[in-house]
Amino acid sequence: MEFAISVLISGISVGGQYALIAIGYTMVYGILRLINFAHGDVFMVAGLLGIYLSASLPLYAALPLVLLLTVALGFCIERAAYKPLRSAPRMSVMISAIGVSYLIQNTATYITGGQPMTYPVIPFLSDTVVIAGTPTKWVTILTPFLVLALVLALQQLINHTKVGMAMRAVAKDFETAQLMGIRINSIISVTFIIGSALAAIGSMLYFTNFQAITPTAGALPGLRAFVAAVVGGIGSIPGAVVGAFIIGICENVIKSTEFTVFSDAGTFALLILILVLRPTGLFGEKVTDKV
Amino acid sequence: MLKIENLHVAYGGIQALRGVSLEVPDGKIVTLIGANGAGKSTTLRTITGLVRAQSGSIQWNGEELLGKSIDRIISSGIAMSPEGRRVFPDMTVLENLKIGAYLRKDKAGIEKDVKWVYELFPRLEERSWQLAGTLSGGEQQMLAVGRALMSRPKLMMLDEPSLGLAPLVVQDIFSIIGEINRQGVTILLIEQNANMALKIAGLAYVLETGNITLSGTGAELLANEKVKEAYLGKRKD
Repeated sequence: MEFAISVLISGISVGGQYALIAIGYTMVYGILRLINFAHGDVFMVAGLLGIYLSASLPLYAALPLVLLLTVALGFCIERAAYKPLRSAPRMSVMISAIGVSYLIQNTATYITGGQPMTYPVIPFLSDTVVIAGTPTKWVTILTPFLVLALVLALQQLINHTKVGMAMRAVAKDFETAQLMGIRINSIISVTFIIGSALAAIGSMLYFTNFQAITPTAGALPGLRAFVAAVVGGIGSIPGAVVGAFIIGICENVIKSTEFTVFSDAGTFALLILILVLRPTGLFGEKVTDKV
Repeated sequence: MLKIENLHVAYGGIQALRGVSLEVPDGKIVTLIGANGAGKSTTLRTITGLVRAQSGSIQWNGEELLGKSIDRIISSGIAMSPEGRRVFPDMTVLENLKIGAYLRKDKAGIEKDVKWVYELFPRLEERSWQLAGTLSGGEQQMLAVGRALMSRPKLMMLDEPSLGLAPLVVQDIFSIIGEINRQGVTILLIEQNANMALKIAGLAYVLETGNITLSGTGAELLANEKVKEAYLGKRKD
């Protein structure tokens, strides 16, 4: 019983961290119909920034700076690699995204020398607490609550503010949104900024648990978050969050058995199963293409 | 006043406009009629900045519009109700109206104009909280016009407001367009329903394969033999 609870808790926790990444995938897809393959690498860069900045700055200064620089990176990627291709076929933008992904990974290898780096210990988050007889880190307990708060704030922003209304309009219809006077490029930038900020927060939580960062450390969590976004119905924020919790719990349940090595295969099996039953994902729109 | 001179526009390898010149005087209803592919929509889309022109000029109250960004053109007092209505289907009627006022900052004025639109289209007020995608075609057209009005335009452009609507609904919409014009908004109307458009228009232009071939008052064009034959479906006898 205790074992089951601890598996569930760590599943929920890692699911919450995937959720923060998955929101970035799903929001960008919602607006640009683009799968931003570089998003997982932005997450990894946020981790590296945490290491380098905390080496020379106190944490209370380093962490906000990580957030800021990650946001700047997301913004610049969109402006440099996606914006010039706005009227190009979607496939070209996707190839550009794959290119950016490799560029980031290679740059990270160049800078770190490819050696795994160790994420700094964040006081309190890394402290141990005993839940149901198993010691665990505070970050595990805190993650779901933090994720829930962030998601509620984001929903509030999207449904009840002017910029949120503009985001929904741009996601539906570029041209008509422009006729309302909306500058779509600014709205797209806002989307990348929000996605990158959440990925940066996700990196602080995730790497507190899994401390070794290599240049490809963003690939697997990124892929799982992407699967979560698809399971939930890509384009839908609540869907991405629910999907991420499902993926996180599933992964940890499989990891708690003797079939640990199959955890990623299991994730994809789940994805296929859900897509067979509901091709648009759990919360997906019925019509995915623009009319 | 909107004054277009010698406007050339090419679109994916096709020359859509070949030197269009026309004027939209303040306070009038001006209509542009023509067959499919004559370049009517292209003309409107070029005015709003959605399409780039090759050459020519579009003067709006003495200011050149070509090369300006869309949001600046909209905020200079031009609004468009696009072809096919294009309301935002998963926003409510009220949200659709509010997004029409996206560039405005005067909250009290926006509230007042929502009421004004509801007076023009009482049906929209009844459906205020309904998602726009669930409205009928006629109601969606009303919403598209109302949304365009929410930016308080001096010039409102309407692209095929009668498209796919029942004749009674079309009459409703046209009478409201007349009412909006009487309240001081200049109208530039594109129509395939030439009969309705010419009846309401003070000034009319006929566009054929990218050229203006005829112009005059609505009544003049209604009486014109060529127009009768080509656009009103009446045979010469």
